[in-house]
Amino acid sequence: MLIRVTGDPLDPAEAIASVGSPEAGAIGVFLGVVRNNNQGRAVDHLVYEAYDAMAERVMREIAEEARERFELIGCAVLHRTGRLEIGETSLLIAISSGHRAASFEGGHWLVNEIKKRVPVWKKEVWEDGEEWIEGPESLGKTRAGM
Amino acid sequence: MNVTVLLFASLADRAGTRRIEIGYEPGDTVRSVCERVMEAHPALLSFKPALLYALNEEYVRPGDPVPPGATLALIPPVSGG
Repeated sequence: MLIRVTGDPLDPAEAIASVGSPEAGAIGVFLGVVRNNNQGRAVDHLVYEAYDAMAERVMREIAEEARERFELIGCAVLHRTGRLEIGETSLLIAISSGHRAASFEGGHWLVNEIKKRVPVWKKEVWEDGEEWIEGPESLGKTRAGM
Repeated sequence: MNVTVLLFASLADRAGTRRIEIGYEPGDTVRSVCERVMEAHPALLSFKPALLYALNEEYVRPGDPVPPGATLALIPPVSGG
């Protein structure tokens, strides 16, 4: 499994190649990209920070769970950190499976789990200020006071 | 022996540091270490209700024991993806 937290640009071709297999009938690819607006505000750029070692560990746990749950063949999860400009890729997922349904459903499940529990944070930087974002789906928000 | 406490994102900004060394006390739990961190950095108190905790890179609960030499991370709500 290709699991990586990195400050370098993410390359979909590398992730796709890493999940290729003669048994695969489908490869699903998801890119999370930097949007120029959020909740009505113009976003200039984002800054991502990670607890690198733990983020990779949690991404690996989630990928292993996805592989069992959706009978995936290959799974790649990469997250970028540092300053990202509008349109750049922050999250890259590639998964392979025997049939197409698992590649759609597994990819959707993976993104949702990543947003809940991988220790990565994004700061929105606007023209006139900045703010660390608290993900509405994060476990800290949904299970406050655990 | 110390416990190393790691802060990230909004917590690190508010505390003005990313890493705090705190003296280990016998019987320490995630909760007791966190309370001493908050005493030293009261500006972090408002974050407490939504914090998660990780001990040596694994999520743990507030009542779990913290051994001497451990690394405890205070994890504010994540926003990756």
